Parts: sequence; structure tokens; C-alpha cells
Amino acid sequence: MELGFTTAAYVVAAVLFILSLGGLSGQESAKRAVWYGIVGMFIAVVATLIGPGHGLWLLSLVLIAGGAAVGYQLATKVEMTQMPELVAGMHALVGLAAVFIGFNAHIMIGYVDGHLAENGAVLGGVLVDGQWVQVLDKAVTEPLSAFGQLIAKKTSVEITILQIELVLGIWIGAVTFTGSYVAWGKLSGKVDSSATKLPGGHILNASAAGASLILAIIYFSTGSLLSLILLTVLALFIGWHLIMGIGGADMPVVVSMLNSYSGWAAAAIGFSLGNDLLIVVGALVGSSGAILSYIMCKAMNRSFVSVILGGFGGPAGEQMAVEGEQIAIEADGVAQALNEADSVIIIPGYGMAVAQAQQGVAELTRKLRAAGKEVRFAIHPVAGRLPGHMNVLLAEAKVPYDIVMEMDEINDDFPDTDVAIVIGSNDIVNPAAQDDPNSPIAGMPVLECWKAKQVFVSKRGQGTGYSGIENPLFFKDNTRMFYGDAKASIDKLLPMID
Amino acid sequence: MKIGTPKEIFEGERRVAMTPDSAAALQKLGHECVVETGAGAEAGFADADYKAAGVEVVKTAAALWKAADVVAKVRAPDATEMKRLREGQTLISFFSPVADEKKMESAAKKGATVVAMEMIPRISRAQKMDALSSMANIAGYRAVIEAGNNFGRFFTGQITAAGKVPPAKVLVVGAGVAGLAAIGTSTSLGAITYAFDVRPEVAEQVESMGAEFVYLDFEEEQQDGSSSGGYASVSSPEFREAQLAKFRELAPEVDIVITTALIPNREAPELWTEDMVKSMKPGSVIVDLAAEKGGNCKLTVADEKIVTDNGVTIIGYTDFPSRMATQSSSLYATNIRHLMTDLTPEKDGVINHDMEDDVIRGATIAHAQEVTFPPPPPKVAAIAAAPKKEAAKELTPEEKRAAETAAFKAQTKNQVTLLAIGGALILLAGLYTPASFMQHFIVFVLSVFIGFQVIWGVAHSLHTPLMAVTNAISSIVILGALIQIGSTSGIITFLSIFGVFMASINIFGGFLVTRRMLAMFQKS
Repeated sequence: MELGFTTAAYVVAAVLFILSLGGLSGQESAKRAVWYGIVGMFIAVVATLIGPGHGLWLLSLVLIAGGAAVGYQLATKVEMTQMPELVAGMHALVGLAAVFIGFNAHIMIGYVDGHLAENGAVLGGVLVDGQWVQVLDKAVTEPLSAFGQLIAKKTSVEITILQIELVLGIWIGAVTFTGSYVAWGKLSGKVDSSATKLPGGHILNASAAGASLILAIIYFSTGSLLSLILLTVLALFIGWHLIMGIGGADMPVVVSMLNSYSGWAAAAIGFSLGNDLLIVVGALVGSSGAILSYIMCKAMNRSFVSVILGGFGGPAGEQMAVEGEQIAIEADGVAQALNEADSVIIIPGYGMAVAQAQQGVAELTRKLRAAGKEVRFAIHPVAGRLPGHMNVLLAEAKVPYDIVMEMDEINDDFPDTDVAIVIGSNDIVNPAAQDDPNSPIAGMPVLECWKAKQVFVSKRGQGTGYSGIENPLFFKDNTRMFYGDAKASIDKLLPMID
Repeated sequence: MKIGTPKEIFEGERRVAMTPDSAAALQKLGHECVVETGAGAEAGFADADYKAAGVEVVKTAAALWKAADVVAKVRAPDATEMKRLREGQTLISFFSPVADEKKMESAAKKGATVVAMEMIPRISRAQKMDALSSMANIAGYRAVIEAGNNFGRFFTGQITAAGKVPPAKVLVVGAGVAGLAAIGTSTSLGAITYAFDVRPEVAEQVESMGAEFVYLDFEEEQQDGSSSGGYASVSSPEFREAQLAKFRELAPEVDIVITTALIPNREAPELWTEDMVKSMKPGSVIVDLAAEKGGNCKLTVADEKIVTDNGVTIIGYTDFPSRMATQSSSLYATNIRHLMTDLTPEKDGVINHDMEDDVIRGATIAHAQEVTFPPPPPKVAAIAAAPKKEAAKELTPEEKRAAETAAFKAQTKNQVTLLAIGGALILLAGLYTPASFMQHFIVFVLSVFIGFQVIWGVAHSLHTPLMAVTNAISSIVILGALIQIGSTSGIITFLSIFGVFMASINIFGGFLVTRRMLAMFQKS
């Protein structure tokens, strides 16, 4: 029973995948969890390779080995700060693979149709009174591949459903592909990160989606390849336009959203291939991505629906004018304050990642801790360009994870803190979110660092952040601006700490 | 211009408005400096020091007043000095435009310019010239030292072989500059310090200095001190009653009371009444920093130290800064020097008395033969008015429970609705789709549920590894490509080749990167 063996292997793999995701709930169990995932993947691939109807063994192995080489290069060469780009880029690959597989399924239907017609049979033979009208001769089905045989046995209703599934797979896959590609471009700075939209905006997206629906219906009734290709082109456009319309600051949500999309694409492909493991894993990935996006959205106080549809952010009403001046300070001033402080909270943001300042920050932390000071990190859920981005960077710099706190854990401690250092973050420490109901980020939970006795903001210049919102924090009496590249600033500071 | 400082004539005044250090800085602005002989003697600055700093020393006050274009001194001029003041001369000193109205008018008539140090506006830019603050700071410090001098016990609590010593309890009334300085001094000496102020917004500053803020049980909306330039204003009778009641409660407990409550241009408010003094323990000390304006305690005698019948010492000195003449002179001289810097914008020794400048305009009370008091309100608000905040209403337990029940009901309703709709949709789909599809569909729905349940538990800090893992896992689409690769059709094989290749990049890249990330997480 080869078929039974494949299914059994799939069950094992599915369980391993679930354990793998669940194991990520803690730092220690996570290390084991990755192995579950790796073993699960290995079992799934091997079972498929030795499963029924597989051919071109050698070619498959060569391809996998080639992919492994490229993947190894990518994974070992990448800087931790470029992690968001890498993840986004890899989503694009999954999306594209899903598109190809969907097209293959379509071609296969056509091929099986032709093959059956040659042998005097009809694809999707009709079921009458629960009896097969046409009994396929083994001689007819034998030359077909496993997938071909599967199709040949389907009823006409099942064929239609198959088409629906593969259209879904192609469509989501295509959206994921261009969307991830644009996200990758934005994150790596190859595409302008501001929110840009073609005239028409959401209407354009909606009409493109509507047109794809019509094309899909045409395809179901005629099975024409042209309509399928047009539909793919439209989906590619939607993916591109959707993500172009989202500003760089919202990339954490976008990346996890695309992650979700790639999962749904895999699930849709699983349906069309009749492969349960694909369905299980696709659904797992899809729902996990959706939940991550949802958690992010809650952290930014944004509506989940508007994020999934893309194109959010933008000014609403008159913003409060900010009065006062930004007072600059030099490294010696910061050093003195740090030397006198007992408790310090560091708030890292994307600026730290850009400047690659995490090593310096970690060194600073070590020095301050060695001097007996309490040093902690406050991480906003959307700090950086990927959920958990800051945690990864700090971990890379060997900052112990038990002094890295989440927003809710640490927000109440600011009033008792001597010095808060903001390194390259902006919106997540913007008091306007609480004070100014007209601010675009009004209602977003923020780190209340201004309640600390003294706040230092390490920032490149006076400009506004990614979102283009003025930050009243910089004008507060207890805030001093420590201008300069984060890495250079921290390096200047380090020798002065004793 | 020539800047001169005479010896102070006021009885007991030991400060001086120019120090050798400040003279050196003034000379850098292009000015010349001159002092009367012996001007700094009481503050610890000898004539020789001045000479060494390049200051001309003249024999008499008359000669000094004649020589100087700008006279900088501490106390307001007395009658003799007023006579010496001449046209075109600038006088910089403490000069109350209310108490010394006549002098102000006569100075204006003469055509002299008078800059009153106490009129320097309280804006950030003018802090460096704010002599009231720098003097109040000293007064606050000295008040605690004087109290300690007259207090028979330690400030700090100690447990010694010779017995246990309880810490002293200090109450500071009025948390202005002097009050805060007193709080700082008293807490650093180890006393348990309480502080009170009519402006509730200073509670934070008080607590930052290590004292405990005394809150009143009072419902009325308390005034926002920022509307009056950071100074306290008169409070309502009800508020005053609540305040006195609180003090009465504290009086028997505290050992040292330091009152610093002053309202600009008014008698000092009575805060420490006779009955409170009576209820204090013998040996307690009251330092009344408002003695000059009548005192916060009515028993206070200005410039004197008295002991009441029940053994409470009340100190009413008005010359605290003068008692630390070296320190206060150097701070005051620096204030003057900063003012001169603003008056000499070009640093060329030429004074430009710019009446458009908020700070200079505010402090000038006589100029160009006119009385220029009171000044117009400054263009820059001293302190940004705090936006009115709506306090979150405290919920009663019943309300809380009701809210919880309501939330639970709403949640149940939501969940049931969602389940009903979802269930109906699935049933509907089941009616029209073949069983083979529904089998896969069950798997799909269950997996989505498992996904939802599992992901909620993932730690926030692991979200990036989670994304990398899910990304790696999503390349399970490789199975699809692998199934198709063996097809008889060329194009299918061709597309599948790409599919397998890309998915395997993803598998290896994704897992490796995740492992790299997780390996970095470590405990301290």
C-alpha cells in the first residue's frame, strides 16, 4: 500500500508542523521547534518523491540540491538587519511557485481531456443514479501521471471545483508574488517607501478584482487559457498596486499579511491537487499570518480589514501644532546623565537597524549593567520593519532576552526611570497618539518614554519619521536631541561611560 | 561702557553684585568694570582679587556712581543712592516696583534706566538671569541648615549602640524654588520630608526630589499654576480650610516646618496658625522664609529668632542668601553678567537697551524718562498650559461587574453569530459540492482552527522567527511541483522545475535563517 504510506507520512509531517509552530511560544522550546519543522519537511518531501506517480527522480533531487545551495547562501550571508527583506523576498518565491503549479493543473486538465477523447471517453464522465456511465479502462489511464489519473476520475462538478481551486491558487499566488516583490523592494530601499497610488486608488483595485472575477467565470465555462492568463496579469497588478499604496512604516503588517497570503495560496493549490498535507500546512500558515497581522493591527490601533485590503495611513484633519524648540545635546552630556542614572530604558527602532548600531547598544548596555545600573529595553510591537525585528537584532548583539521587555510590561515603569534613550524610533514614542485626536496615529498605543526624568533621542536629523508626523516628544522640556547617525553617536558615547 | 558696583549700604547685607569672575566675563563683552573699595570684603572677595581681574577700584561710593555708566548692585537704592543716580545711567538691582514706587518715579523723572531683577520674566530663556530663583535656591538650602542648627536631634534615623534615633520629620510648605531646594537638602540629610503646595502639578517635582506630597481631600478643581507664570495665586476659602485642617493634623507629628509660601505682590498668606504652633512638640523648629512679607506664621518676627512658651523655635530671618554671601554673590553676579550679555548683543561694549525684547522689556521699570511698569504680558507663555484631561471615572464594583457581564455577553453573541454564519455557509457549500471536496474541506477548516489556537501562544519576541518558519513551511508547495514534475507534458515539467527550484530555496533559506536567529537568543 504505497498510497497508504504516503498519507501516513503526511499525517506525521502535519503533526510535526503544528508542533513546530506551537513550540515557538518560548525561546528555549523554539530551538527544538525548528527541528520539528525541518524533519516534517524532510518526511513530506521524501514521501512525495517515493510516492505513486512520481517521475524524474534525479532531476528533482538535483533541483532541490540547487535550491539548497542558493538558500544556504542567502541564509548565511544575510545581515540580521536585512531579515525583513529576505522574508519578503522568499514569500515572492512561494507565490510564483503557486502560480506555476496552478497553470500546470490547468494544462493537465486540457491534456487529460485530450487523452480521454482520443480513447473515446469524456472528461468528467457523468454520474447517473449513482453509477458511473463511463468506466475507464486501465489501459487508458495507465499512461497518465498520478495527478492525471486523479483528474480522469473526477465528475464534471468536481472538475469545476478543481478549476475554482486552481484559479484561487493562481490568483492569490500572483498577488503574493508581486506584493512580496514590492515589499522586498521597499524594505531594501530599491523602491520609494512612501505610499504611492495610481489615480483611482481603491476603485482601481476593486475593479481589477471585479474583472478577475468575471474572467474567472469565463474560464469556468470555457476553460480558455487566455482568460486565465489575463486573470493572472490582473492579480499581478493588484499585488503590485496594493503594496505600493502602503507606506514603509506599515511594513511589519504587510510582511505578515503576505505571509498569510502565501499560506492561503498553498492551501488552494492543495485543494486542486487533492493533497491534504498542502491544505493543512497552507491553512496553518495562512491563519498564523492572519493572526500576526491582527496582533500588529491592534498594536497600531488600525482596522484589520483596512490593512488586509491595503492602502491605509494618511492624514485626517488638522493636526496639533507643536510649539517649542528641539534642544540638542552632545555625547558628553548624555554620558554624564547616564553615569548619574540608576535606571535606564532603551527604546530601539528602525533607525538602530539601519545604522547597524545594535552592537554598540549592546556594549553600552553591558557597561551600564557592569556599573550596577538597571538597564532594560522597551520594545513596541511594531518597532522595526518586521514583527519582533528588534528582538532579533538585540539577540544578535547578545543582549540577554530577559531584560528586553514588551510595551505592556514596561510602560508603567517610565515615571520611575532616570533616563530613557530613544534610538532611531519615532512614531512609537509619539505622545500625539494620546494627546491629539486628529493625529494620524491617534489612539495607537505608544511607549510613554516622556514620563522618564530625562529623555535622549538619537536621531539623524530634524526631519519627521517614516510616517511624516511631527513628534511633540522632541520638543518636550525633558527631551534632549542627540543628533547623528545612531552607530556613530553610540560609539562616541561608549568611551565616556565609566 | 563702565559697569560699577558699590558696597552695599543696607544693614547686614553682605552680598556683592560683581565678583572677580563675573568682572572677567563682563570685560570680554567689551565693558570696563569698577568697584568701590571693600565692596566684596564681606562676601570674601578682596580688592586685590578685583584688581587682579582687571577691575578698577575707587575709594568712595560717590566716585563710583560718578564713574559708572551702569551700576549693578543687590539691594534697592536708598535715598542717598537715589540722589547719586543720574540721567542716562542704568541701575540694575532688586527694585520692587510696588514697594518702592516713589523711587521708581523719581528715577524715571531723572531719565535713568532701572532694571529690576525681580521683574525678570519667568521664561526658559531668562532662567540664567533669574536672580529670584538663584537666591531662593540658597534660601531654601540655608533654611534647612538654620533649622538643623536650632534642632536638637539628628535629621537621619540611626540605630546605634547607644540607642535608636528616630529620623526627623520635615514639612515644607510651598514647593517653589526655595521649597524644592529645602526638600532636596532635607532629604539628603536623611529626614522624612513632606511637602505641600497649592499647585497639584508640582507633586511630580516634589516626588522627584524624594519627598512625599501631601494631598488634600478636596473636590474643587485645583488651580493650574501655569496660567500665572508658574507662581501660586490666591486660593478659595474652602480650599484654605481644607489645607489648614491637613496642617493641623500634621502639626503634632513634624519636627521642622519650613514655610516658603509667597504670592507675588501680596502679604504672605497665613498657613501656620498659632494653634498649630501650640500643638507642636517642644524643640521643634519653624523656619519662615516669608518673614519679610509678614510671615506664613503670625508669630514670626522678621529678622529674629524667637522661642515660644511651649519651646518651639521660630526663625524669621530675611537674609538667608546674605548669610551665604560668597555663594550667593557669585550666583547673583552671574545672573547680572547674563543680563549684561543680553544687553550687549554685539559684544562690543555698547549697551543696546532693546525694549522689544521680552526679557529686557519685562525687567525694565524706568526708561527714557517714563515709568515702564507694569510691562505688557510676554509674547512667549512661561509654561505651556496643561491640556485639560478628563479623568477616567472610577468604576464601582457593581458597575465593573455589569461591564464584565456585558462584555461576556457581547463576546458570546459575537462568537455564536460567527459560528452560526460559518456553519451555515459550510452546510450550504456541502449541499452543492461533492463529498470528495468536503473531505478536503474538513481538513482545511480544522487546520485553520489549529493555526489560530497555536499562534496566539507565540511570544512576541519570536514573531520574526515565526514568520521565517511559516515562510519555510509554506514552501510545502514543493509537493505540488514534485507531483507534477513527472508529467508527460513538456511545459508542465518545465514549470514544475521552476516550482521545485524556488520552493527548495525557500525551504533551506527559511529554516537556516530561523536557526540562526534562534541560536542568538540567550538568557543573561
